[in-house]
Amino acid sequence: MTIFLFVILSSFLFALILFGLGQQKFQRMTWVASLLPISLFLYFSSFVSPIINGEVFTFFTKWVPSLGINLDFRLDNLAILFTLLITGVGSIVFLYTTQYLKGHPKILRFYTFLTIFMGAMIGLVTSNNIITLFIFWELTSISSFYLISFNNTQAESRKSAIIALSITGLGGLALLAFAVLAGQITGTLSISEMLQSSEVFENHEVSALLMVFIFLAAFTKSAQFPFHFWLPGAMKAPTPVSTYLHSATMVKAGIYLLLRFTPHFQNNSYFFTVLLIVGGITMLYAAFQTLFKTDLKGILAYSTIGALGIMVFLIGIGTTASITAAIVFIVVHALYKACLFLVTGTIDHQAGTRDITKLGGLRKVLLPLSIAGFIAAFSSGGFPPTIGFIGKDLIYEATLHGGMNPVFLTTIAVLTNILMVFAGLVVGVKPFTGKQPEELGRVKKPHFLLWLMPMLLATLSLLFGIFPGMIESLFTHNITPDLTGEESPHLAIWHGFNLIILLSSITIIAGLAVYFLWKPSYKKESSMIKFNAFSPKRLALVFANQFERISYFLTRFFQNGYLRRYVMIILVLLTLVFGIHIFINPRIFLSLKEIKALNWNEIVVLAMMLVSVLFTVFTKSRLSAIAGMGVLGYTMCFIFVFYGAPDLAMTQFSIDTLTVILFVLVLYRLPKYLKLSNRTNRIRDGIIATSFGTFLAFTIIEIMNENPVKATSEFYAEYAYKLAKGKNVVNVILVDFRGFDTMIEIVVLSIAAIGVFALLKLYLKKHEK
Amino acid sequence: MKSLILKTVSTTLLPLLILFSVFVLLRGHYLPGGGFIGGLIAAIAFILHAFANGLDQTRKLIRIHPGFLIPVGLAIAILSALAPVIFTGDPAMTGLWYEKDIAILGKIGSALFFDTGVYLVVIGVCLTIIFTISESV
Repeated sequence: MTIFLFVILSSFLFALILFGLGQQKFQRMTWVASLLPISLFLYFSSFVSPIINGEVFTFFTKWVPSLGINLDFRLDNLAILFTLLITGVGSIVFLYTTQYLKGHPKILRFYTFLTIFMGAMIGLVTSNNIITLFIFWELTSISSFYLISFNNTQAESRKSAIIALSITGLGGLALLAFAVLAGQITGTLSISEMLQSSEVFENHEVSALLMVFIFLAAFTKSAQFPFHFWLPGAMKAPTPVSTYLHSATMVKAGIYLLLRFTPHFQNNSYFFTVLLIVGGITMLYAAFQTLFKTDLKGILAYSTIGALGIMVFLIGIGTTASITAAIVFIVVHALYKACLFLVTGTIDHQAGTRDITKLGGLRKVLLPLSIAGFIAAFSSGGFPPTIGFIGKDLIYEATLHGGMNPVFLTTIAVLTNILMVFAGLVVGVKPFTGKQPEELGRVKKPHFLLWLMPMLLATLSLLFGIFPGMIESLFTHNITPDLTGEESPHLAIWHGFNLIILLSSITIIAGLAVYFLWKPSYKKESSMIKFNAFSPKRLALVFANQFERISYFLTRFFQNGYLRRYVMIILVLLTLVFGIHIFINPRIFLSLKEIKALNWNEIVVLAMMLVSVLFTVFTKSRLSAIAGMGVLGYTMCFIFVFYGAPDLAMTQFSIDTLTVILFVLVLYRLPKYLKLSNRTNRIRDGIIATSFGTFLAFTIIEIMNENPVKATSEFYAEYAYKLAKGKNVVNVILVDFRGFDTMIEIVVLSIAAIGVFALLKLYLKKHEK
Repeated sequence: MKSLILKTVSTTLLPLLILFSVFVLLRGHYLPGGGFIGGLIAAIAFILHAFANGLDQTRKLIRIHPGFLIPVGLAIAILSALAPVIFTGDPAMTGLWYEKDIAILGKIGSALFFDTGVYLVVIGVCLTIIFTISESV
């Protein structure tokens, strides 16, 4: 199964190859990028039939085994559903974009990030190790950031991207906290192994904390109230991105996480109650918001939030029927919402506007597109015979037979669905019906890909609706038992006359009524603006601004740009710490027996030290002060040599040489004579320096009285040769035992060099002008 | 600082110091030394040359911009860290060792390559910083 690892990582390699092609070459062959999602879709399709028959494919290789982090991938029923969605919708979006962004100067960058995103998403849903899941989770947030800010010359885009990144990034941190905590108390980082200790998730004293973290992660990613506001902002991205990331796949990562961990929490009633409440609020709130939007993508954004709310709500009901409904709804929603987004994209591309008040009568020019729009709108509204109808049936089935208060749950589900009918019709039907407004101008016929791709999705909505058995045998039949341990209910388009059919009809009729009676307008949109002061978005922004202000103030206070000030702050602080410590807990004594007499070479070195210190302090010339410091450094090397630290001595010697050279280089051009600080300053600095030195000396004496813990040094001394075949312990630690530290240190050094280079060279250039 | 003595000495010292730095690098695993110190010594050798002959002369001698040593060094270090993942399937940074001793060098392992990476990065960083600063003042 090594090929599986390659498949997971293929997107990242592919992105690199695309990048290597270069903008010029890529522009002529944008279709190449679509090859990857299509072949991945075919590859994952080949797993469908064995997985239906109960097989689970795993791939395992060690990564950081000492921390329990491994490349551990697992393709099971739930994962295959998501991988098919990701690669399937991905293929359609990739193909669609070749025309949608045709000739765009940054199209290569677009495809690179989209490919990276796809890889991250596949990794996310197939990871069986929670740390790798976290890594892929963050990668989706990061690639989403670059895609939202794709039009990076617009301030609005950049701002939306930052908001989205900070909200989903916050959730990412919560996921990491969840991962670490769950790993600590279950003793494993493997998600499937965690399942065996599911009682931990119920009864352990930190189980409440675990829930808070997983909720934060899932709710931020899946745009649940009150974290939903990043999603409408994310609509600043080009429409294919909104289609792919912000409706069909990435925002469902939170749903995926909840579904994945449902079995772990299955006996924890709080888990489901919170989901029910948050999902309920989100779906009703977001569906209500769609009434007040005039931008097609704004409507779609809120109806997406509503749909995500429905999914969370369904998981929250927690019955077999509701989990099945959630799974079906994931497919239903991906199909119709992606279709509606693509329809919107094409309208925008051809007519140049997404404003619903200005659109109408486009069916004449965009006939095939209008058919796709109609079908998607019907699926969104739950009209038979689309798959949406079955999805809605299942929702009602779940609310009627589950939970504590079926009447209440059903009522809010019906209300939400009525508004979803409205939202679907406004986006999918309204632009095509009625008369074409004069100001719309001439609308050109689109390239065939721009209508074929939404049409493909619409056809699937219809196909699955007529043959719901396909969804059942492919997904729900297997996933539901995986998650709940019970058989899934049978999916069918017709269950006979019953309460559910009645509710469905009420929903559709009421939805149509709202559609015909309520016309979106600017007036209604602006009527909602006055509530913005209390919106979660506003609160978050106020918090962010204050946070920035305080950090600016703190930074300016401590980092005022004068090296002497930094040194002074550090020394004063340390002096206080040492001083207080010695004052509270004096344990200083010197036993004369243990002190050896100084020998001659030590006396000479000490004398040299003293002389060079005094010389440095009292000299009038900068260069001689530097030279004095250099001598001091060299004499210190002798001390290191005397006490058996030749490595340290060599390093100190070279570093000292370089420091002196650096100082000389900088000071060479400055005036020869020091402008001395005034007397008071010198006395102050002298006091600080002397007291720091004194307290440091006291502390060292104290440390010498302690019994040193030798376990660490003995370990290194013993194993340096056994494990790393080296006799120089210091170097073995540097390149082997703590090699990662060294690696990061040389990276830091490199960054410092680049920083110095960039700062000085940029400064020079400005000067030269 | 155009001193004839320094100039003459530095020309002779440069190859000697660089040889010494390589020597320090290679013996690091058994005796005091290593990539970091070796890199510093090599950097000092070039800087000494620059002091005596002027920066332009040294630049001409090195030919490439010292900054290019940084990515090369980092790449060597990272590759040597990843070598066990690629070749033996062990986790990253596991030490790999060539079984037989090699004349003069002793045992050869991935740690030596890692240290060589450190050596190059340190030279690159020191020279970049000091050359840049000395050009700017």
